[in-house]
Amino acid sequence: MNIASSAQQICFVILGSVVILGALGVVLLNNIVYSAFLLGGVFMGVAGLYLLLNASFVAAAQILVYVGAVNVLILFAIMLVNKKEKLKEIQGLKVRKFLSGLVCTGLLLLLLRVDFTTQWISPGPEAIGEMATERIGEHLFTDYLLPFEVASVLLLMAMIGAIVLARRDVLTSDVGTGDSVDQNLIEKSNEPILLDQSTK
Amino acid sequence: MFNDITPIPLQAYLLISSLLFCIGVWGLINSRNAVRVLMSIELMLNAVNINLMSFSSYIDGNLIRGQVFTVFVITVAAAEAAVGLAILISLYRNRTTIDMESFNLLKW
Repeated sequence: MNIASSAQQICFVILGSVVILGALGVVLLNNIVYSAFLLGGVFMGVAGLYLLLNASFVAAAQILVYVGAVNVLILFAIMLVNKKEKLKEIQGLKVRKFLSGLVCTGLLLLLLRVDFTTQWISPGPEAIGEMATERIGEHLFTDYLLPFEVASVLLLMAMIGAIVLARRDVLTSDVGTGDSVDQNLIEKSNEPILLDQSTK
Repeated sequence: MFNDITPIPLQAYLLISSLLFCIGVWGLINSRNAVRVLMSIELMLNAVNINLMSFSSYIDGNLIRGQVFTVFVITVAAAEAAVGLAILISLYRNRTTIDMESFNLLKW
């Protein structure tokens, strides 16, 4: 047991507890803003675990995409919809939480049994270090070329879909000519159309 | 199990990822705030990513196909988050609430 492996173990324990405690906080805290910031911490911890696994490129991608994009997007969504509302009481919510907790514990035990009883054929981690980025590039442009291209189409579709779903203001008349424009699919009225009428 | 070549056993990573996945499932079922549901989905995706990365490092040698899969999962997760939050904002506009219990239009 030399100093390098002890340092790795200490880092692993710290990162692992950050990830697990942060995830518990995300799920259990009442304030959604705290949850969002803790989620950023969980993403950072997972990136640290990737660094321990000799994967610097994926760790950088994790920080850029998850912390830089997804977490900021979630914070913006919270900012847009954060209204202090009194949630109405639901019958049997405690029972539901307890039962789903039981189910999740069972799932956890099943997963742990698989994890610890299987004899993984383990040659051990191979230190390929900086070669990893090169290897990922080779994979992306040779045997994973089709998924790579499909992913770009998927991102384009997601972008257009998000814009169409979230846009609000629809011009009802053409700016140039003044004629009314037919926008059947994407037109939305500004008033809530699905409000529960029975509560009024 | 603990030696100098592999100071951290593979099972330790699998333990972290299993715990993270189950926390995500519990949060997905029990959250009443729709934003928190999306956050739980991100937690589950991260658990799967840890799994893929550890298997790629410990078992796949220097081919690291798991890392390529992780890159794809990160891509899909970003797209999912964008569309999910757009749907959420659209829902909020129509029903003026983000309580999951009130999105019951399709309930029998």
